[in-house]
Amino acid sequence: MHYAYWLPRAIVGLLCAAAAAVAFAQEAPDAMVKRVSQDVMATIRSDPRLQAGDPQRIREVIETKLLPNFDFERITALAMGRNWRQATPAQQKELIEQFRALLVRTYSGALTQYKDQTISFKALRAEAAATEVTVRTEVVRQGQSPVPIDYGMIKTAGGWKVYDVIVGGISLVTNYRDEFNEQIRSGGVDGLIKALQEKNKGAVAK
Amino acid sequence: MTTRAHTVVALGIAVLLSACASTPGRPYDPFEASNRVMYAINDPLDRYFAKPIAQAWVDYMPDVVQMAVRNYVNNIDDLFSGVNGLLQGKLDKAGNDFGRVLINSGFGLAGLIDIASDAGIPRGNEDFGQTFGYWGIPQGPYLFIPLWGPTTVRDGTGSIMRLVWSPTTEIPDVAVRNVIYGLGAIDLRAGALEATSLIEQASLDPYTFVRRSYLQRREYQVYDGKPPPEKDED
Repeated sequence: MHYAYWLPRAIVGLLCAAAAAVAFAQEAPDAMVKRVSQDVMATIRSDPRLQAGDPQRIREVIETKLLPNFDFERITALAMGRNWRQATPAQQKELIEQFRALLVRTYSGALTQYKDQTISFKALRAEAAATEVTVRTEVVRQGQSPVPIDYGMIKTAGGWKVYDVIVGGISLVTNYRDEFNEQIRSGGVDGLIKALQEKNKGAVAK
Repeated sequence: MTTRAHTVVALGIAVLLSACASTPGRPYDPFEASNRVMYAINDPLDRYFAKPIAQAWVDYMPDVVQMAVRNYVNNIDDLFSGVNGLLQGKLDKAGNDFGRVLINSGFGLAGLIDIASDAGIPRGNEDFGQTFGYWGIPQGPYLFIPLWGPTTVRDGTGSIMRLVWSPTTEIPDVAVRNVIYGLGAIDLRAGALEATSLIEQASLDPYTFVRRSYLQRREYQVYDGKPPPEKDED
């Protein structure tokens, strides 16, 4: 069951990698992760509606504070692997949208569970000219082993963006690559799109 | 002794069943067809048996008792972590682990209280599966065992060694021993309550999701957090 222990921490990963709506184009990637993490933690701690689990407010926080910091096109393309190039532009657009919705739904359920944790930020080891870096953090909860959470980040015109979250060695992108491959193998790209759409509809119904 | 025999037989049967249904496909999961059957069997067993027990344990058992059980299990894990640290030549880590076991077993009521953590001695997390990996032994086929979860031939062998050599087996009173096994199992499931609902929400195919998570996690542990870059397969 060890694997399972780490999965919920992926939530923290997504939550804490967020960005403010204001673009900090020149901000270093590790500084960005730190700023966003602390911003989100402070927001959770100070907002009773969030702590009570108000779904609308949770969505708001995720949309405005977290999502602007993610490069969903890259996340989706990486999860698709070489199947990405076989998809038409229209399929790609739909895939990005559906995958984004799936991740948002999954993680909004757990946003408020993590208000009593602290995050330590490790020194960034990267060259100044690097356009891809890994930012390393560790989440500490009372009475539990620290959970390492790494962010794969890429430099874009709009500043640094997160393209992978790796929790205790489990990469979000790698996990979904298997899932996507499986769906594409049995039903093609359209089969994958359909599976994602159905999953998202089901999530709404619940 | 019979407990040991049962465990070995149970796993042996699982492996044999799997072997019968071997199908071509992913090289790391040659028994996928039968593993999926095991996964399907596990689902109701977990949903209507293991999970409710674990949930009740978390909801109604006093925190002190929950902590004591967890500490007892952790103390034995620490012992094996030390042994495996030695087997991998990681002497510093092994020293920490054995130090923890001595302190907690001696001053912490046979491991029920985790004094060593309060004293700031970090926990290791080595196990036999990781030692085999460190020695270069590959994972072998992936296996899914009902009520146990994901494992591989390599890691499963390690888990059996951990069970068979546990100091708990030396407790002469069978009833006491079985209660300890039972509580340990509940604690294990309780530790993963959040995870299972997340897997259901997040994944298109939970079987694949669990498999990839498990294999990634173990690879990461074998390399102490610095696994070699993954190849992009098929």
